[in-house]
Amino acid sequence: MAELEEMTACEATLEMLRKAKEEGQETAFDRVQQQKGCAFGEAGSCCRICNMGPCRINPKKPDESRGVCGANIDTIVARNFARMVAGGSSAHSDHGRAVAETLIMAAKGETTDYQIKDRVKLLEVAADLDIEIGDRDINDIALEVGERCLAMFGQQEGELAFALRAPEKRKEIWRQRGVFPRGIDREVVEVMHRTSIGVDQDYENILKGAERCALSDGWGGSMIGTELQDILFQTPVPLESKINLGVLKEDEVNIIVHGHEPILSEMIVLAASLPEMQEKAEKVGAKGINLSGICCTANEVLTRHGVPIAGNVLQQELALLTGAVEAMVVDVQCVYQGIGQIASCLHTDIITTSPKAKMPYARHIEFHEDHALDIAKEIVSAAIDNFPKRGKVSIPENTESLIAGFNHEYINYMLGGKYRASYRPLNDAIIDGRIRGVVGVVGCNNPRVKHDDIHVRVTRELIANGCLVVMTGCAAQSVAKAGLMLPEVAREICPQGLWEVCEAVGIPPVLHAGSCVDNSRILMSLTAMVQEGGLGDDISDLPAAGCAPEWMSEKAISIGEYFVVSGAAVVFGVSWPTLGSKNVTEHLFEKYNEIYKNSWHFEPDPEKMVGKLLTLIDSKREALGISAKRERVLYDMAMRRELEI
Amino acid sequence: MSRIIATAAIKGAYKEVAEAERVFNETLESAGATAKVELPNTGYYLPIIYALTGHKVEKVEDMAKALELAKDLLPPVPKARHWVPYLGHALDAGIATLFAGEIIEGCKYVTNPPVDDLWLGAADDVIMRERGVEFVDGSAPGFCALVGRASTPEMADQIVVELLQKNLYVWISGHVDGESIAEQLQQVDRQLGWDTRIVPYGKEMSSAVYSLGFAARAAMSFGGAQPGDFTKILRYNKNRIFAFVLALDYVDEQKYAYAAGAINYGFPTIANTKIPDILPTGVCTYEHVVGSVPEEEIVQKCVEVRGLKIQIAEIPIPMAYGPAFEGEVIRKDDMYVQFGGNITPAFEYVTMREMDEITDGVIEVVGPEIDDVNEGDALPLGIVVEVAGRKMQEDFESILERQIHHLINGAEGIWHMGQRDIVWTRISKKAQAKGFKIRHYGEIIHAKLINDFPSIVDKVQVTIYTNPEDVEKWLATARQAYRYRDEKTAGMTDESVDTFYSCTLCQSFAPTHVCIISPQRLGLCGAYNWLDGKAAYEIDPTGPNQPVKKGDCTDPVKGEWPAISEFVKEKSGGNVENVKMYTMMEDPMTSCGCFECIVAFLPMCNGVMIVNREYSGMTPSGMPFSTLANSVGGGNVTPGFIGIGKVYITSKKFISADGGFKRIVWMPKELKETLKEQLEKRCQDDDVNDPDFINKIADEDVGTSEEEILPWLEEKGHPALTMDPMLM
Repeated sequence: MAELEEMTACEATLEMLRKAKEEGQETAFDRVQQQKGCAFGEAGSCCRICNMGPCRINPKKPDESRGVCGANIDTIVARNFARMVAGGSSAHSDHGRAVAETLIMAAKGETTDYQIKDRVKLLEVAADLDIEIGDRDINDIALEVGERCLAMFGQQEGELAFALRAPEKRKEIWRQRGVFPRGIDREVVEVMHRTSIGVDQDYENILKGAERCALSDGWGGSMIGTELQDILFQTPVPLESKINLGVLKEDEVNIIVHGHEPILSEMIVLAASLPEMQEKAEKVGAKGINLSGICCTANEVLTRHGVPIAGNVLQQELALLTGAVEAMVVDVQCVYQGIGQIASCLHTDIITTSPKAKMPYARHIEFHEDHALDIAKEIVSAAIDNFPKRGKVSIPENTESLIAGFNHEYINYMLGGKYRASYRPLNDAIIDGRIRGVVGVVGCNNPRVKHDDIHVRVTRELIANGCLVVMTGCAAQSVAKAGLMLPEVAREICPQGLWEVCEAVGIPPVLHAGSCVDNSRILMSLTAMVQEGGLGDDISDLPAAGCAPEWMSEKAISIGEYFVVSGAAVVFGVSWPTLGSKNVTEHLFEKYNEIYKNSWHFEPDPEKMVGKLLTLIDSKREALGISAKRERVLYDMAMRRELEI
Repeated sequence: MSRIIATAAIKGAYKEVAEAERVFNETLESAGATAKVELPNTGYYLPIIYALTGHKVEKVEDMAKALELAKDLLPPVPKARHWVPYLGHALDAGIATLFAGEIIEGCKYVTNPPVDDLWLGAADDVIMRERGVEFVDGSAPGFCALVGRASTPEMADQIVVELLQKNLYVWISGHVDGESIAEQLQQVDRQLGWDTRIVPYGKEMSSAVYSLGFAARAAMSFGGAQPGDFTKILRYNKNRIFAFVLALDYVDEQKYAYAAGAINYGFPTIANTKIPDILPTGVCTYEHVVGSVPEEEIVQKCVEVRGLKIQIAEIPIPMAYGPAFEGEVIRKDDMYVQFGGNITPAFEYVTMREMDEITDGVIEVVGPEIDDVNEGDALPLGIVVEVAGRKMQEDFESILERQIHHLINGAEGIWHMGQRDIVWTRISKKAQAKGFKIRHYGEIIHAKLINDFPSIVDKVQVTIYTNPEDVEKWLATARQAYRYRDEKTAGMTDESVDTFYSCTLCQSFAPTHVCIISPQRLGLCGAYNWLDGKAAYEIDPTGPNQPVKKGDCTDPVKGEWPAISEFVKEKSGGNVENVKMYTMMEDPMTSCGCFECIVAFLPMCNGVMIVNREYSGMTPSGMPFSTLANSVGGGNVTPGFIGIGKVYITSKKFISADGGFKRIVWMPKELKETLKEQLEKRCQDDDVNDPDFINKIADEDVGTSEEEILPWLEEKGHPALTMDPMLM
């Protein structure tokens, strides 16, 4: 067994791992040791699609065997990859659907607990959907926006409306290749169909289905999730908060929200702040109610309310082991079944809330939007009731401050204020070389690699090399814990140019952009950079790239795929699920360059990953002709006449 | 460190908004809610507030909303640790400060206008349009908002002269410890005012809103930007008006706050004190704030930071040179020697020669030089300029000759008026002391003609006569040439040529405007006639003046040529589809904003009124010039209204399809007086044939509404009343 120090770069995590070991509690860090991983599965060459198998093909001798149906390794690997995309896409999209349904209920007045909080965003989205604004009632507009978005899930033909936001050149590429997404559910269903026994047996064609499905996530389900959450709960603006297990409080009722959807957690935030709840907490001897988050729900309530984060996905079990958590309220996605097991030994309640997601050892309080606040109060009450049952408490001291809440709209604002909002300063800074490139570092944690370590090393190295880093998901939380999401960091780590930009705007060199559905915000930002001008006319021209150094969820594969198909280079770490097939891998890693002007890359070593990202960025700078220092152009009258007004 | 600046600017904004609230309440108390808030003669209210929000402040009570807008923009002050982004906030604070500044200055105009012997206060729309044209044609690339105080009055003067040499306007606001640059300039006898381009707006920093308000008005009047379209108005300023803030001496929170406002316009701040830099670019073209620049180098640095390319021909004279010096006046007491002006005979004459007939650069003074005369003397003067060039044409002689006035005037310490044989020019004592000679007139003419007209002028030879005999002899020759030219141009009609010329010079400001210049209809700015267009095309074949072949005429009365309409459509980016040259009622030509006069249809009188931009009073159209100009300018097609050059009024093609000259029912007195001679002559023409017609045109004494002038017109028997209805 590996030394505990080799398992995580996070001090608080290490402390809790030691405690778990002492107490004989099992966590993901232990189970990963037991699960050595199946070599066929890892290579993507195990086919379990029909009952003639399972069929496994040895990647080292791919030509020597085939599946019972005759499927070759290319078909099997491509099917598995495509089904990962469909799985990831379905997760984001089902989340988006729930938000659309909530918006419709709010607009119809079927729930009084939700309102339209961001009217500006509503009108912007309505305008993008060609919905008439005029002097219509705000709820009418919201209803139409909600219904139009909901209809996108069942849309059968045509082009997904949000995908029309992409740069013109990119849309042409999609149309040419026939991957412009039609409807969200349709693309998922089609991938599932095509990859079932005896349907699509041409790996390129299978991947084409995956491409379309991924786009229906990024420019569909995820984007609906993000946009409508902003309308319901407010588009985030930067704020300061705290992160890591040290945010748990010994003398307060600790409630952790965990999962992905803010629909419930927004209500928990509200319920926990009610005087009646505070009083109830005091009655049981607590000084108050301390709400914190884990995983992407944490990112949602952090960026909108400044609720502190207890930790990222790999810390969910460890947070419980502090003995200080009265309730962990979960909804969907990335909730480990292991928490039930641990909670069963403690006073902690695991409260499942979604009819889609139940688990053993958990208490189920089902959430309904029409009386959301009442349910939230019930949940908070249950947590308070647990407080007196606490046993021994041991909370690590570690916390770090961070600034979070960046997004497409705020970047636009922060670079010019209300009257001069634009991406011009960002594009200028890239053209001038002050910013070498922009890198999205996103994704999960994975105990197969040292927890947080790769995220932090990659990010630190990127900003030290002049790249502006934008982060979402659990990756963002890793880096925030390391203190890199603070504006002061720019001066300590970044080269002169990037520091000057951070200093001029007042930003950290690493921007927290929200949860994993919020990767759609990055799509919007990349598109805005293209539209601002001077950096080519497609996303693939930008000196920008993405990476997921510690990924584990199939959602990450869907995200990576929609970024690549949208024109951004993407580098994944840990391991790569198509290595069993030379053809499929070549297609994703090389052929995509011809089709989509950028491709997938795989590099588990953090230093080499940074090297790869910088090479990708520099090659784009070279192609744009901005690798040399920009000359100061002085304008005479004739040249001024050429400037756009 | 930018955070320091953002913090200072935001704190400054809070103070300025609080001050605005105090002043507003005081004014509300003393003058009342309904007291009028009027900056002098403007159609733009408090122009920054109007431009950026569309809110019109007409009365004191209207400022309450403006104040709310300012307060809403006030952001949190950045924290010392773990701050959230402050650039957007600081820029918002800057706008709040500008709104506050306009409220403060606007209140002054309610109670006690901020004008005295030194400080000028707000520029009215007449000045804005007149000077705006210089921003359009590039003769002034922008302005320097000069704030604070220089280390010494001499240094203040040196910096200002350097700015003027770069053709920039110098607009002064603010002070340090009670001492301002304007006062320093007074100490060294520098002439201040619009004529010299050195404009002291006000001693309080809030007077900076006059600079930025001017810029906002320019975007609305020349750029066709609508009030409230802040994106376009500010981007217009960033990309068209190359202005910047030059801050001398201590920069306090209030100044940072105004500087943040200026950065919203794309106007950077350059300072000689050790203030933190903001180097990344984007809101401005290049750096946003640059500090610690020594006074000696600061003007050069400003130009570089703003990204301004200024081409200045080296003029071999011992004085500063630039258009900014044209407005300088040399009073008799300051004069060393003078020529012309009915005191002595004087003339200027440009004539064309073959290439091998002259030698480039030969400048000769025949007669006494400045060293041969005494202070206060007058000499006769004949400036004979011989020009040769492969593409030189006889028609260009008069064009080059007309340049001499402003070429000579551009020299500091030299004053010049008139042209041909009515010139009057003076050399100041200061210039004489610095070694200025009469031969330097020749140096200026030579250098500038070669530099400004490289495609038509290859060689220039100048002979300056200062003895009576030669002057008399050459004067006869020159007069013969003047007469020949006059007769030639007088006979030129639209029918006698097959090509008109376009002018899209103003598209830099009014992107959809296209002027079509014909022999009988000069450009609406009054500065370009058909010959000028032709010459400009020769000088710069790809420039804003292009030949437009008339082709077939489909309507000779209304003046419609499909080829011309096609041209206009293309050059206006498809915005203007048709143009009819001789009517203002149907497809009239567009107007940029530089028009000398506006012609407006008066339905009750069945005629038209003409108002010149210098006239600030009410007109029978129900609007003063400034309001009229807002609807006519900006490249819009507005049937019933056209912008024109003064000379067009007496052209036989003046709205000829609508009934022509005889439609004129109203003009301001001053305009009538200026054009008296030409108007009288026009009354004699066959198609008018009514020597008394001029007396049938009403003016402001008769009335400033249609109701007032109509009975008078009836009494006078004005022909328009019995003509066909103008509105078909």
